[in-house]
Amino acid sequence: MLTLTSPVEIWAHRVPAGGKLVALAVATTGLFALSSPGPLALALIATLCLYLTAGLRFARDGLRQLYPLWPFLLVVGLWHLWTRDLDSGLVVLQRMVTAVALANFVTMTTRLADMIAVFQRLAQPFERLGLSPRRVALAFALVIRFIPVMLDRLAQIDASWRARSPRRPRWRVMVPATLAALDDADRVAEALRARGGAG
Amino acid sequence: MERNLTHIALFAALIAVLGLVPKIDLAGGVPITAQSLGIMLCGTVLGARRGALAVLLFLALVAAGLPLLSGGRGGFGVFAGPSVGFLVGFPVAAFVTGWVMQRTTLSPGLSAWAASTIGGIGVLYVFGIVGIALMTGVSIQEASLGAALSFLPGDVVKTVIAGLVTQSLSRMRPASLLSRA
Repeated sequence: MLTLTSPVEIWAHRVPAGGKLVALAVATTGLFALSSPGPLALALIATLCLYLTAGLRFARDGLRQLYPLWPFLLVVGLWHLWTRDLDSGLVVLQRMVTAVALANFVTMTTRLADMIAVFQRLAQPFERLGLSPRRVALAFALVIRFIPVMLDRLAQIDASWRARSPRRPRWRVMVPATLAALDDADRVAEALRARGGAG
Repeated sequence: MERNLTHIALFAALIAVLGLVPKIDLAGGVPITAQSLGIMLCGTVLGARRGALAVLLFLALVAAGLPLLSGGRGGFGVFAGPSVGFLVGFPVAAFVTGWVMQRTTLSPGLSAWAASTIGGIGVLYVFGIVGIALMTGVSIQEASLGAALSFLPGDVVKTVIAGLVTQSLSRMRPASLLSRA
């Protein structure tokens, strides 16, 4: 499956994932502490420079990742124009774009396996509650493996419905899809137990 | 133990699949994403604890960088965006939905509909609206109005579908409703 990690390898890919996440947390907290448009504009420019250190192609990919935000930006922008509160409008918009762009930067420069390793490490303190790192990794792997399986099956259910009926199946595909998910869960559980359990 | 784990994982995958399917045309004409239907079903089928864990697992994969949120969004950026309140509210909504489902003795379909309305709309919107207000600087009232106008019609349809699906499941295979086991 596609991940959001950028295919363009840059210097930040070599920074450890844990370090990037801590830096992201600090930077985002800082952004929310700033409440005037001036410093936030500087933060936005700094973020843009961060993207540009990775080259134009990477920066363009990063810009594309921000695209889903535009309806919100438009609505919030118009709203603040209408209430004639330009300062707080600028604060909100700049803060959101900067925070999302910084978070995307970390996502774009960290491989999925490294990110999952971080989650495993975070799970360690909860080992006694039944959340062992091994089990976390297994759960992640199961989800990733079963998404394409379920997509295929949903298409099959849809096709067999069309073969029987001229009407569209609509919500009714959900019943066999959910039943199949429950059956799969039982079968995978049996298979795991037969192989020594989930640990 | 293994069954718990696999149910949580498979329902996390179900939430993801419901967000990826472009439009199953669930309601005929109304453009809705089915993702929050997955959240509701986690609660009504798996119950409170497992349902909430399935949603948490799904969110962990989104945070890890898989584009599984409806519209192909993912990564840490979505937690810095305007809909962060809804994301934080997802596991709580699944938990409350499952809790109501476990505590009511009405027919499965009716309780599932009521539970999804309370969890998937009532609880979820509290989180979502506070999130919008905090992230965009509009007031709570304005955020509520916006959320109600843009999401409420679709979500009401989804609670009905969650009720119908749960009802069919309980009729076809009563043991499959772990929330009522």
